[in-house]
Formats: sequence, C-alpha cells, structure tokens
Amino acid sequence: MTTVLFYILGFIMLTATLLCITRRNPVHAVIYLVAGFFALALMFYLLGAPLAAAWQIIVYAGAIMVLFLFIIMMLGLAPQETPEGPGWRRWGPLVLLSASLMVCTVLLIMQDPAAGKEIGDFYLAPQAVGESLFGRYVLAVEMVSFQLLFATIGAYLLGRPLSKGEGQ
Amino acid sequence: MMIPFGHALSFAAALFVLGLTCVLLRRQVIMILIGVEIMLNAASLVFVSASAYWQQVDGQVFVILLMAITAAEVAVALAMVVYLWRRKRTLVADEFNGMSG
Repeated sequence: MTTVLFYILGFIMLTATLLCITRRNPVHAVIYLVAGFFALALMFYLLGAPLAAAWQIIVYAGAIMVLFLFIIMMLGLAPQETPEGPGWRRWGPLVLLSASLMVCTVLLIMQDPAAGKEIGDFYLAPQAVGESLFGRYVLAVEMVSFQLLFATIGAYLLGRPLSKGEGQ
Repeated sequence: MMIPFGHALSFAAALFVLGLTCVLLRRQVIMILIGVEIMLNAASLVFVSASAYWQQVDGQVFVILLMAITAAEVAVALAMVVYLWRRKRTLVADEFNGMSG
C-alpha cells in the first residue's frame, strides 16, 4: 500500500513542479510549488523521516514560500509585467537538452548495483535526529547559525534606501 | 515499504532536471530563484532516501541543515530582488546588463 502511495505522491510532486515552472503568473507558480512540497513532505514521511517532513511543511511551505509570495505581492508583479513567453525556437533546444540529461542520469542510476535493492522499512524518531544534530554535528549547527546571522546582516544592508545616484 | 533505491533516486533526478529547466528557461529573477529551490529540494530527497537505504541518521541531519541554509540563501536573494526592482523597475534578468562603477 505504501509503495503505491509513494509512486502516486511522486507523480503529484512532478506534475505540480512542471505546472509551476510553466506558469506566467508568479503567484500561481508559487502556489503550485507549495502543492508539490506537500507531496514531497509526505514522501519524506514514507521514507521514515517524520521530522524532515514536518519541517518541510513548516519551513519550506510555511516560511520560505510565503516569503516569496510576500515579495511578489509587495512588488506588485502583475502577470502582464512578465515578458512574453519565448517561442519554441528558444525553449525547444533547452527542453531537448534537459530531457536528454535526465535520460542519461536515470540510465546511470539504473546501472548501479544498489539501484535494484529495495529500501527497507525505516523509521527514525525525531529524538535520534536531535541527538545526532546537537551531538556529533554541533559544529555544523554553529556554522549554519553564523550563516543565518550573516544573511540577516546582508539582507539589512541590501534593504537600505538607495543613496543618491544609485537609482535610475 | 518496497521501493527500489533507484526509483527514489530517479524521482529526485527528475525533480532536479525540472528545476534546472526552470533556471535556464525563465527570464524573471523570481522564477530563477524558484528553480534553485526546486533543485535544493531534489537534493534533500536524495539525502532522505539514502538515509533510509543505509538505515543511518546522517542523511536526515543534513536535510535539517540544508533547510536552514536555504532559509539564509532565500533571505539574501529576495533582498537582492527588492534592490534590483528599486534600481530598474523590472525583474527581467536580460535587463541587468550594465556595470557602473
């Protein structure tokens, strides 16, 4: 049952992402991407990662995508301000390139002997993740917290009002 | 759950290629950033499925770290988007083609 569910969720995720990258209106694109992230979070849960699944919804869908939505709405990016869609001469070669890249990657993955082996039943309680995160990987946590601090300072500096001569 | 490891990796590869296509194809800066987000999510799918395949905790730890890094990256990138909008009143990537010292 869970096996079938995994493939259905993967199909939903890929379809939502495909719809997302083809929308003209950025708001619609973000909403489709949130739908895709919900499916991805459920895939994480099926793969035995309940903490990552919860954080995928809280952090990605709840915080990051809402931040995107907030910026899009703050700048008032109406769909007519996005450029005309490129003709098939422009996107045809790109889609061909991406499709051939994907076929090559999947063929490479399938050649590996590990590819045919099945993922066994696995469930990792959030407690084990937390113990590893703040035990063995505590240095990485510190580095990420420094990075968040630098990002805050950078966002503050970029968000200052423009000085004279900087604007158009 | 009885999924071959290769199928989980193939889903991640398809997601990554979709994100790459979005980055290459779209001309609006916001959509390029969304493509980067899609690629990062493909990476976290690989981490989680590898964690389940080898029955180890490390993959999930790195997914948590990846989310924090993504939050930092998005904060700076969206501040840049607001800055670019203030400067040129457009977000089409082709318009940003001049340097002024």
